[in-house]
Amino acid sequence: MSRENLINAALLLGLAMVPLYAWAMDEPFTITLATRVAILALAGVGLNIALGLGGLVSLGHAAFFGVGGYAMGILASHAQSYTPLMEVPFLIEGTKSMPVIWITALAASALAALLIGVLSLRTSGVYFIMITLAFGQMFYFFAISWPAYGGEDGLSIYIRNDFPGLNTLDPIQFFGICFGLLLLALWLNARLARSPFGLALNAARQNAQRVETVGLSPFRLRLAAFVISGAITGLAGALFADLNRFVSPTMFSWQMSGEIMVFIILGGVGRLYGPVAGAALFITLEHFLGGLSEFWHIYLGALLLGVVLFARGGVIGLLAGRKVAHD
Amino acid sequence: MTAILFIEQVLNGLQFGVMLFLMAAGLTLVFGVMGLINLAHGSLYMVGAFAAAAVAGATGSFLLALAAALAASAAAGALVELLVIRRLYDRDHLDQVLATFALILIFSEGTRWVFGSFPLFLDIPDYLSGPVTLPGGIEYPLYRLTIILTGLIIAAGLFWLISRTRLGVRIRAGESDRQMIAALGVDISKLYTVVFALGAALAGLAGAMVGAIQSVQVGMGEPVLILAFVVIVIGGIGSIKGALIGAILVGLTDTLGGLLLPELFKLFMEASAASTTGSALASMLIYILMACVLIWKPQGLFGGQA
Amino acid sequence: MKMKTLFAAGCAAMLATAGLADDHKVKVGMITTLSGGGAGLGIDSRDGFLLAAKLAGADNLEIIVEDDQRKPDIAVQLADEMIQSEKVDVLTGIVWSNLAMAVVPAATAQGKFYLSTNAAPSMLAGKGCNPNYFSVSYQNDNLHEAAGAYVKNEGYSKPFILAPNYPAGQDSLTGFKRLYGGELAGEVYTKLGQTDYAAELAQIRASDADSIFFFLPGGMGISFLKQYADSGLDLPVVGPAFSFDQGILQAVGDAAMGVKNTSQWNKDIDNTANATFVKEFQAEYGRLPSLYAAQGYDTANLLLSAMDKADVSDADAFRAALKEADFDSVRGDFAFAANNHPVQDIYVREVIKEGEVFTNKIIGTALEDHANVYVDECEM
Repeated sequence: MSRENLINAALLLGLAMVPLYAWAMDEPFTITLATRVAILALAGVGLNIALGLGGLVSLGHAAFFGVGGYAMGILASHAQSYTPLMEVPFLIEGTKSMPVIWITALAASALAALLIGVLSLRTSGVYFIMITLAFGQMFYFFAISWPAYGGEDGLSIYIRNDFPGLNTLDPIQFFGICFGLLLLALWLNARLARSPFGLALNAARQNAQRVETVGLSPFRLRLAAFVISGAITGLAGALFADLNRFVSPTMFSWQMSGEIMVFIILGGVGRLYGPVAGAALFITLEHFLGGLSEFWHIYLGALLLGVVLFARGGVIGLLAGRKVAHD
Repeated sequence: MTAILFIEQVLNGLQFGVMLFLMAAGLTLVFGVMGLINLAHGSLYMVGAFAAAAVAGATGSFLLALAAALAASAAAGALVELLVIRRLYDRDHLDQVLATFALILIFSEGTRWVFGSFPLFLDIPDYLSGPVTLPGGIEYPLYRLTIILTGLIIAAGLFWLISRTRLGVRIRAGESDRQMIAALGVDISKLYTVVFALGAALAGLAGAMVGAIQSVQVGMGEPVLILAFVVIVIGGIGSIKGALIGAILVGLTDTLGGLLLPELFKLFMEASAASTTGSALASMLIYILMACVLIWKPQGLFGGQA
Repeated sequence: MKMKTLFAAGCAAMLATAGLADDHKVKVGMITTLSGGGAGLGIDSRDGFLLAAKLAGADNLEIIVEDDQRKPDIAVQLADEMIQSEKVDVLTGIVWSNLAMAVVPAATAQGKFYLSTNAAPSMLAGKGCNPNYFSVSYQNDNLHEAAGAYVKNEGYSKPFILAPNYPAGQDSLTGFKRLYGGELAGEVYTKLGQTDYAAELAQIRASDADSIFFFLPGGMGISFLKQYADSGLDLPVVGPAFSFDQGILQAVGDAAMGVKNTSQWNKDIDNTANATFVKEFQAEYGRLPSLYAAQGYDTANLLLSAMDKADVSDADAFRAALKEADFDSVRGDFAFAANNHPVQDIYVREVIKEGEVFTNKIIGTALEDHANVYVDECEM
């Protein structure tokens, strides 16, 4: 077992143990914080598929995060008010069932990623960054000015959605759900990276022409990665909405896209567990640095700058002490 | 809707476009020459506005305030370039995005720390305030007209700078082949600092001029930054001409869309609903424009390289 | 985010009376905006609230203040923390309606009291009302309704009205039209966060408007007024207090002079409570108080008045004590309507200059003992 694997295992163990300890000590808020870490890490794992595997620097992933959140908000608000979502051409009812909501969130954000991807993957590099940012902003403005689902006020869901056999209102059980999905996404990410698809994607990142000569389309490979990536981030959005029992257009804001990307860089670019370490560090900093100063964003900015300039491997890189293969 | 209203809106769109150009020109230059994407460009816009408000408050002179905006944003740009940005030229775009995102956090909270949480005051000087009557009986604010003219003069100046001066030759050389111009004995790091400071000064000037008719507050730069990105994507990265045409296109689309769409919806909807739906769609219009340009020309209207 | 201001007035006195005060102790969690855009509003709400607690010398009141950064998800997280870890009895302080919608229903569902220092969306006044939720400020529509009534009373017949395209903006124009009731020269929804109003000003010029009503909070209002002043248009302008409040007025400058705005409070309301508040606020913080500071001050005094009458652990008694509203409001007469929103006078103010400082003076009353239209929808 390499040092990095040890660190990764310790990281997951820590993320699982902290809420268990808090549960034993009866400190439900610590569990809430850990749940937040798990969900944001999941969003980061989603982005990491596009960014780490595909080399696609998307600054618009908040769009998928928000679509997932609104999938939950819209379905649950209809279930809450006992009004159908639509009656023509066929009846669709709202629902409070988490699995149904997750599938809807995955499908809706995958569709959004497909549309944005088809347009923005025609370009690359810096164009791609700007275009994804702009499309994210388009979703944001739409969500604010679309009155049907609360506009800027957002939607409040009074009771957390249900998962068969579990009491989701119990913080530790809800944490379990989120943690389980995070593990699943990490496993999927690892499998993808080793699969023929992942290898081809990696090759397309390094040399697109070579991939083309063996008969694969870099565009399709990237689009597939972008859609999977968007869908996972969308799932995280649905969970985030459930954690807060609330959705609003701020989930679409470009700062959200920036933050998801920050998790990856803080943890370490190109590392499977980077988003987990990054999200954990970010939430810890937010919680404790925020207690010290009203202007804690300055310190966060300085830290981020330091990591980008001097410690490219991020937290995991510092601890593992070995450079990762990433151009 | 009258012809006068329409012409007035076209002027408004033009004015908005010219301001966007000042932002986009710096971004596109920096990208063209150094290959760097700078998210913190909006912060330099904010620095310009705050410097102008502070100096105008202390001296009461608008021209001094503009000079201060230029100086402060150019200085901030040069400083940031020396300390941070020059370490990023060889890095990939991801690092550039994150480092400049970090700079936004530092700039925004730093400005709030120095100037407080309330918006600052900056006003139009008396000699530029009030409307003038244009041919055809159109009343139009003199200040906005001044902005349009200033912007067009600066655009002309930039074209001249790039096509006719020694600095321009170097910038163009830097755009086409970075290693080569270093080999030719041009002090490349000085050139980079100068280009970055120039872009910063343009952004700062835009911030100060717009600050006088809008509000000077923390976070004012980022919405403009994102619009400037849209402009660059439409115009083509690295092209000053593209930035100018893209900016005016975006300015006109946004202004006229906001006017015409609600009117259009009123033809078949109830007034209040038409107004909300129309303005909701109008707020997305420039992004739709961007998508259309992308389908037609993925490299933007005037983009060659990238 | 977690800027803790633990506040306990008269700590030394507390030691002496600890045993006695213990059973009446109330823990308040204040969630408000202290950083980023709009921080000025939260800071004033907090300062007003803390000032009232300090002047009362309340040693049985513990206040925790935290910063929501104007983000709904942070506000929800803070509320969870305050309810789950800090075990507060009362929550307060949220400035923005969208944040209130994220926090209030969940907090009241968990049996906590929520006293609003500012935000009061229609949902929480009508169908979503709750016996544990009290708005000390107003109902969101109130100032807009007052502006509508004022425009009607002044005899204007063609106002041009505009607001941003988001729920509070739509409520604003609906509220205005409710008590104005006449013909409009135009009705425009702008983009939220829009800073250039050239297009709207051109539309106003092209219309045959005889007055303008606008609701554009924060930087949007500053931009609009400056551009209006420069447009050569010369129509009477009316708006709710937000764009003309003490904190923001200095940034608007001359452009705001003479504008009429509606507010339930001003520093020249003539009563002892208000005089004390204005004097002490200036002494404590070295600036003139704003509407938000006044609302925070009243909220704290309402809470203190209820604490004198009942123990917070007896929720029914405490709720009844709050509902009596037996405190000296800086607004003068103050009572709660059936849906726990104020019944109060709403004034018309005019922007004036006192020395170098822009401020307001009351020139009339727009509505007397005004409640809100949602009372009948509220079942509790």
